[in-house]
Amino acid sequence: MKFILGKKVGMTQVFDEEGVIIPVTVVQAGPCAVVQKKTVETDGYDAVRVGYEKIEKRKLNKPDRGLFDKLDMDAYRYLKEFRTEKIDDFEVGQEISIDKMFADGDSVDVSGISKGKGFQGSIKRHGQSRGPMSHGSKYHRGVGSLGSTSDPGRVFKGRKLPGQMGRERVTVQNLKIVKVDAERGLLLIKGAVPGPRGGLLEIRESVKA
Amino acid sequence: MDIIRAVEADYMKEDLEPIQVGDFVRVHFKVKEGSRERIQIFDGSVIAIKGKGLGQSFTVRKISYGVGVERVFPRHSPKIEKVEVVRHGKVRRAKLYYLRDRVGKAARIKEKL
Repeated sequence: MKFILGKKVGMTQVFDEEGVIIPVTVVQAGPCAVVQKKTVETDGYDAVRVGYEKIEKRKLNKPDRGLFDKLDMDAYRYLKEFRTEKIDDFEVGQEISIDKMFADGDSVDVSGISKGKGFQGSIKRHGQSRGPMSHGSKYHRGVGSLGSTSDPGRVFKGRKLPGQMGRERVTVQNLKIVKVDAERGLLLIKGAVPGPRGGLLEIRESVKA
Repeated sequence: MDIIRAVEADYMKEDLEPIQVGDFVRVHFKVKEGSRERIQIFDGSVIAIKGKGLGQSFTVRKISYGVGVERVFPRHSPKIEKVEVVRHGKVRRAKLYYLRDRVGKAARIKEKL
């Protein structure tokens, strides 16, 4: 299992060898460090806990500071867990860098927190249609029918209604790595990834490769 | 933003021929035919330059057999062998879209001497 943590820098476009334009997202990824190993014996599953982006210890809360004090290593701002079968390949304190994890052409899944859109109506949030805006119509952007009448006599669960849109965890699968720039610590990933610029991203090997 | 500029710089052509809106240019464009590659020349007037950085593009317009033909080229495309500037045009705006509504003599661009 290949994985790394990174931050979205922004989007641009590059040319391939053929001269075809590829839209890419630039991601500043790693270096990360293994902070903790979780095994079947101790935790019931295999995973590694990974830290990303060094930070002064005084800026952390007490539990996190205690963790890094105990390990006697540099502190990291972000901590995330990745499930992996090859738990023996990792040691606590080991550094994870992009050039060792990924190569050009690899297929990856990218997870992040999407941009928050606030409380939105069902047209924007679920792509429903609106009613006529004129000709005496009084039904414009409302939610419409909620369901049948006395049978079943209730609104079914999962009815698409207005509510919070965005600011949720989103995963985009099967994105291609166009280039690994180990010198600058950058990944060029084809296509768009969730979240605002500067948002934290989890980059994992594709589940459906 | 600086990181993105640095990434783009790797792909940018450094020895870019300076072109201006209104220029009459000959674009030497690489065309792949099966396994063979040859150069195709598209000549016409530059009627627009859009964008900046690696994403910059320019539009070339010519009249081919009485029909107006426009082609948009990415400025830094590796498919472009070179851009020859035949002559500079004297123009007063950045986008010459008004040429699309003109035919014949009215569609000429004055030469800048």
